[in-house]
Amino acid sequence: MQSELLVLFFVLGLILSGGAIVFSYFIMPHSFNATKVEAYECGIPSKNNSWSQFNVGYYLFALIYLVFDVEIVFIFPWGEVLKEVGKPALVEILIFFFVLALGLAYAWKKKALKWE
Amino acid sequence: MYDFSQLTQAIHLFLVQHLNSSSVAIVELVLVGLLFLTMYAILGLTLVYMERKVCAFIQNRLGPNRVGPLGLLQTVADLIKLLFKELLMVKKADKFLFNLAPFIVVIASMMTIGALPFAKGFQAIDLNIGLFYIISITSLGVLGILLAGWSSNSKYSLLGALRSGAQIISYELSVSLSLLSIIMFTGSMQLSVIVESQANGWWIFKGHIPVFISFLIFLIASTAETNRGPFDIAEAESELTAGFHTEYSGIKFAFFFLAEYMNMFLSAALAATVFLGGWMPFHVSGFEGLNQVMDFIPPIVWFFGKTFTLIYVIMLFKWTFPRLRVDQLLTLEWKYLLPINLVNTIVIAFVVVMGWYF
Repeated sequence: MQSELLVLFFVLGLILSGGAIVFSYFIMPHSFNATKVEAYECGIPSKNNSWSQFNVGYYLFALIYLVFDVEIVFIFPWGEVLKEVGKPALVEILIFFFVLALGLAYAWKKKALKWE
Repeated sequence: MYDFSQLTQAIHLFLVQHLNSSSVAIVELVLVGLLFLTMYAILGLTLVYMERKVCAFIQNRLGPNRVGPLGLLQTVADLIKLLFKELLMVKKADKFLFNLAPFIVVIASMMTIGALPFAKGFQAIDLNIGLFYIISITSLGVLGILLAGWSSNSKYSLLGALRSGAQIISYELSVSLSLLSIIMFTGSMQLSVIVESQANGWWIFKGHIPVFISFLIFLIASTAETNRGPFDIAEAESELTAGFHTEYSGIKFAFFFLAEYMNMFLSAALAATVFLGGWMPFHVSGFEGLNQVMDFIPPIVWFFGKTFTLIYVIMLFKWTFPRLRVDQLLTLEWKYLLPINLVNTIVIAFVVVMGWYF
């Protein structure tokens, strides 16, 4: 029954958002105006495309995030069996965290965590 | 007492008597669907109303009080107004992604609501990896936000989306690590098992100071993850107009708004379930009289009481603290919360292995 329910909730979200948008499409006004389909820039006509270069800092944080996110995927099953395994698990996670902390310390030292 | 599984069993038996097996399954799915759809809508409207009233209370105003008794129908009226608004799209936008983004946001919040244990026997999806499922689905929500900002082809939207993306992925680490502390204590990711394990006391009391620290980290990080003030640089009105949903209008805008409130509800409900005992009443071992009185209050009241108390706290954050800058925000996560959380995780692992908890 569980997997059907997962699909059910997906469909519910689809019905809620899709249904309301389709319903709204039939009752909303349809009036075309060239200025309405411009990107909003406080009234000034927009210049150039917005798909351009942006701060590399976002990319750096995404890279560091990736390291820690994969770590969390590994660490969740460990947390679940910690009680059964006992002390060996504790030693292993200390080694694991030591390596991780090295990574964070390296990023810190290289000023990757500093926003510029 | 107050067991919802008896009610669901009764409905199931009634349907089995009157219908054949395949239509029973369909009718049950439709019933569950209708129940959760109604709950989703009512919770969303309630939260928007509550936000306005709390905001008004703090700013010494009255808040909505014209439409309906105490202004209760104000949010319904606003929703109807938004339904009648024209759905605009920027001419240069990526049309497919622009339309896809609100769907992703709503579906992600909808799929997580189903996995919450509202009361005994009142939980649609009880997966054995429940907590992990919730974390993974909520992190899908950021996709919707990034797509919305990128596809709009507007400068404000792009900036808002990038800020929001950096913020959400950063704070997601703290959210997951602080939830891990309770997984270590219970040895299970199943939400019903986690709630059952708190029958003799909530984890925030049983787990000593380390769990209290992870509760605080969870509260801060989940406030940031839901893009709420003081961490709302993604849609800082004074500098970015409306952030990633600048170009959305009408009901599509309403969905971003609704999903944000539902995510706030979700994080408060998750904190209540994992740290504050979910629907478990407040018990103190040794005081039988008190425990009897506490048992008399239905579990669903306990659950929503705890959740809405936490939501009230999160709303107070928004209306009392000034907004953080983007560098302060990232410093807070990467230089404070994450190292503290890593050390805290090791301390908790030590406590669990040594058995130093109640």
